[in-house]
Amino acid sequence: MTPRSCRACRSWLLAFALALVAWGTAAQAADYLPLPAGRFESVLPQGATPNSSGPVEIRAFQMRRLPVTRGEFQAFVLTQPEWQRGAAPGLFVDARYLLDWDTPLQPPGASTDAEALLRPVTQLSWFAAKAFCEAEGARLPTWLEWEYAAAGDEGRRDARGDPAWRRRILAWYERPASQQPARVGRGLPNVYGLQDLHGLVWEWVEDFNALFIAGDSRSQGDPDLLKFCGAGALSVIDRDSYAVLMRIALLSSLAGSDTTSSLGFRCVKAIEGDQAP
Amino acid sequence: MNASFSMSRRSALQGLAALSCVPFARPLLAADAQVQTQTAALPGNSVYQLRPHLIDQNGSLFAWDSLRGQPALLSMFYSSCDMVCPMIFETIQQTLVALSAAQRERVRVLMLSFDPERDTVTQLKKTAEAHRCDERWTLARCDAATARKVAAVLGIQYRRLPSGEFNHSSTIEMLDAQGRIAAKSGQLGSADPALVKALRAQLV
Repeated sequence: MTPRSCRACRSWLLAFALALVAWGTAAQAADYLPLPAGRFESVLPQGATPNSSGPVEIRAFQMRRLPVTRGEFQAFVLTQPEWQRGAAPGLFVDARYLLDWDTPLQPPGASTDAEALLRPVTQLSWFAAKAFCEAEGARLPTWLEWEYAAAGDEGRRDARGDPAWRRRILAWYERPASQQPARVGRGLPNVYGLQDLHGLVWEWVEDFNALFIAGDSRSQGDPDLLKFCGAGALSVIDRDSYAVLMRIALLSSLAGSDTTSSLGFRCVKAIEGDQAP
Repeated sequence: MNASFSMSRRSALQGLAALSCVPFARPLLAADAQVQTQTAALPGNSVYQLRPHLIDQNGSLFAWDSLRGQPALLSMFYSSCDMVCPMIFETIQQTLVALSAAQRERVRVLMLSFDPERDTVTQLKKTAEAHRCDERWTLARCDAATARKVAAVLGIQYRRLPSGEFNHSSTIEMLDAQGRIAAKSGQLGSADPALVKALRAQLV
């Protein structure tokens, strides 16, 4: 055997070993929990006229209990090498895509940190997050689905009116960031059993590019009428939901290839047997 | 809203996002450089890296990368729009008219609908006729998830309103022969001189 093929052989073995480890992690964590259908009042206007409020019907769906971890994403890039750092085209990922990883196959600290594979994957683009979900027969949640899931606390499906709960979820945004995100699963399960919707990472949504807010919605005339067909301004119904509004502001500012060190994701699926309309 | 304001707003928000976590910047390893892209011929930032499944106004499968090899104008729309969308068609027509006949022959136009429910093949055909779209034009439809992906690579934003109308950005994008976004224009109503100039530059 020539030295070259031996090296190829070693890297293949390494990849195989990594895949086994990552598969073990993924198999444990990829559980989806059902959310019932419900009427929901979004912080974004959903009324009959563009800037009016009104409840929307949310169809039942299943959501990943936890954000996708680095270990799960490692398993994904091993099976879909086109999503490895360095291989994914610039159309889909910016220059910092997975740049925090030790190698294109190794999440940061994987050899020294026992929790390395259990931390949420971040620094990845919308396209990469979407590809991961598609690979497991799922998709990213829509903004409304995410907001609906994240409105609950431990006991209530909609805790948003409670100032104490608002203060609690806001507290995370005040915390200075000085370290890697904690491992997933430390947050208290909410009423659906979902964890870490608040307090760990920001999360991509399917329709992030539907959340645009017109630049000058305060003026009476609508300068954006031509820039944005239809009612240009996206006003906000509940101005006290700062934590959720910050998420909308962030998501609306992003391009699909952008990555940030605190932006991760989780996937959703239809309830089995439910046909999409 | 001008471009510099939009950029500063965006970087401010990304800075806000970074507050909750420190970026783990580190130098690139030599190993990173060894990873080769598999589609070497196509630039990494070409929109033809995407492989969307599109159906045109004749009901045929439309190969997205068949636009490759010449400059193309792209926009997204929905047929039942009565305000801005007709102006997008009209503005593209005027942009084409601003070119010489020989230049015009070498430009393709793709209009992609983000309203798969109502923009059936029949509807696309009607829309194409209503806007005098000749053989250079393709009007296409795709499923909702695909429309989101195409919008994301083009930087087009849209949302469906509860009324069934859409709220959307109305930019015209120009791709070079390799599918890289070479220019974009938000000017409607008349041909944007900057867009015409950029298009001519691709046609020399």
